[in-house]
Amino acid sequence: MLNIKNIHAQVGDNKILKGLNLDIKPGEVHAIMGPNGAGKSTLGNVLAGMEKVEVTEGSVDFLGKNLLDLEIEQRAAEGIFLAFQYPVEIPGVNNMYFLRAALNAQRKYRGEKEMNSSEFLKLVRTKIKQMSMRDDLLRRPVNEGFSGGEKKRNEIFQMSILAPKLAILDETDSGLDIDALKIVADGVNQLRDDNRSFIVITHYQRLLDYIVPDYVHVLADGKIVRSGDKSLAIELEKTGYGWLED
Amino acid sequence: MPEQIKTSEQENAEVHKRIEQTYKDGFVTDIESDTFPPGLNEEVIRAISAKKEEPQWLLDWRLKAYAKWLTMEQPNWAKLKIPPIDFNAISYYSSPKSNENAPETIDDVDPKLLETYAKLGVPLHEQEILAGVKTRKTPVAVDVVFDSVSVTTTFKKELKKAGVIFCSFSEAVKDHPDLVKQYLGKVVPIGDNYFSALNAAVFSDGSFVYIPKNTRCPMELSTYFRINEMNTGQFERTMIIADDGAEVSYLEGCTAPMRDENQLHAAVVELFILNDAKIKYSTVQNWYPGDENGKGGIFNFVTKRAACNGVNAKVSWTQVETGSAITWKYPSCILRGDNSRGEFYSVALTNNYQQADTGTKMIHLGKNTKSTIISKGISAGKSHNTYRGLVRISKRAEGARNHTQCDSLLIGKNCGAHTFPYIESANSTAQLEHEATTSKISEDQLFYCKQRGISEEDATSMIVDGFCKEVFKELPMEFAVEAKALLDISLEGAVG
Repeated sequence: MLNIKNIHAQVGDNKILKGLNLDIKPGEVHAIMGPNGAGKSTLGNVLAGMEKVEVTEGSVDFLGKNLLDLEIEQRAAEGIFLAFQYPVEIPGVNNMYFLRAALNAQRKYRGEKEMNSSEFLKLVRTKIKQMSMRDDLLRRPVNEGFSGGEKKRNEIFQMSILAPKLAILDETDSGLDIDALKIVADGVNQLRDDNRSFIVITHYQRLLDYIVPDYVHVLADGKIVRSGDKSLAIELEKTGYGWLED
Repeated sequence: MPEQIKTSEQENAEVHKRIEQTYKDGFVTDIESDTFPPGLNEEVIRAISAKKEEPQWLLDWRLKAYAKWLTMEQPNWAKLKIPPIDFNAISYYSSPKSNENAPETIDDVDPKLLETYAKLGVPLHEQEILAGVKTRKTPVAVDVVFDSVSVTTTFKKELKKAGVIFCSFSEAVKDHPDLVKQYLGKVVPIGDNYFSALNAAVFSDGSFVYIPKNTRCPMELSTYFRINEMNTGQFERTMIIADDGAEVSYLEGCTAPMRDENQLHAAVVELFILNDAKIKYSTVQNWYPGDENGKGGIFNFVTKRAACNGVNAKVSWTQVETGSAITWKYPSCILRGDNSRGEFYSVALTNNYQQADTGTKMIHLGKNTKSTIISKGISAGKSHNTYRGLVRISKRAEGARNHTQCDSLLIGKNCGAHTFPYIESANSTAQLEHEATTSKISEDQLFYCKQRGISEEDATSMIVDGFCKEVFKELPMEFAVEAKALLDISLEGAVG
């Protein structure tokens, strides 16, 4: 589904990714771990298409398309979803309104019929139950006045409505207490199926107790330096990243 | 095959088409007009007064204003760069010839004018409007002012049944001289400022509203101002009187053709609110803003003031300002009656080279008077947008309260937002709150929206709309929809 070949990327003059390769098949969950500043979030931003990240070399194939040729919103409509580490606030814009605009923009791009408000409401009702979210979050402006946990949960809620093909979770676990973590993980697990893949960026193996990955990769200095299964995460928890410097 | 080269003519046509899309009301109505030659002197003022068959007292009043104006200087305290205005290059009166015999009913109005308003989306046929009520619209009575004259006023008869007077200012002078005389210049005196003095000397028409005691106006009232003729200015005067216990909601809208020359619009609005009465005054200002290089556009220099003379009187100004090359406008409230309330809700958007210096004055004179100011300024392109407001609490205004919130939103790197809040309090029991924010549409916000599949343009419009929400909710429904659409159009070219 996703094939990243020899990606080099920089922000300004700061070279961050230096020849990263990654191959993800449908239904797989890949965890990306690694020390601060290794380029984990940059990987997510490259895939989503953030403008200030410049790709200088390499290619990304997503479901047969050259992902790097597509605009940010086109990538979204093709099925890329980024759960942000720091979801932004959009004052005065109703959460539901925002999400329906997003969903319909994507559907329009794919040549699907736009959803009217009653159809959308139905969809929202079923999803909100699964996410144990409070109804009033929907009526409030996007992320405005949300607690850290509410923001993260809102990201996963958006993901469940937009139903992407590849979801990138950028440190979704950071700042969550254990109950919130379980709810977020539960939301992700409900979406796991044979056709949907996940990239889970995290510092802690704790999240991986709840979202069990098929692969774990260690990203350091802009490259994947080690790959393994879930046991690699447990090992990292014990050893830390100090060994990378040897 | 040789590369196709566009002729300059083709290019011009394309450019023109693009501009037209951004300012859809920029057409000219081809109509024969009776237009005074440019120039300003006593003779011109006498001629305007004669055209209107005015009584001597009004001519005297005009001449007094003119004499006053001659002694005054154009104010320069606003944060505006105003090119010199040649007041002798402007024509001060222009009326469609077909309007000369004052059409009695809509059927007598020149079809060309009717067509103009149809194009502008201003319905004038009462039957059609009433037919539309069932499906969507609540009826709105409208007075349409074309250049210097009122063309027609709808629903006059229905309103009369309720005792409401709604007519052009010129008619009011003829039919209700006592009311006009009693209130004219009472809240905006002729010498108040340079532009109000000019207006008092040369005003040609405008709307007049009187709501009798304990009457709630049965429908919304509105005026649509249109400048059409070249080299003319529009100097209208509007007066609304809400007698004890009366209530009215009034809307005004305005547009003008696209021209390379600047045109002057200097209006005066006087509102009088008596005991327990309420006026809600909403404006959607969409005068031609000039092109993307700052050429052309209307100079909009307007004095609007409300006198809450009665106990429990309430006035609410809501304005959405998207048009004009330069806006200089401070709708204000004199809160004389005890417990009276003044509100000012404003969205001012500037793009390209537009300049706006707008805000309000809340003058608290009575006890327990309250005022609310919510101002939202949006600057894009190379424009400058200034909020300027005064809250003054007089000595005897025990228990006065004000809440001010002014927020600025910047789009792009070449625009400016400025805030000048003035507070003068002579009473220690007053409670004053002031909040101000300046923000930018951040790249992070746009990235977030786009990552969810929303285009940059739609994201910008959504963010701006969210920013203005507190003001939009004060507008009558239909106006809110129009205002939102107008913001989207005015922002065109501001992103990307």
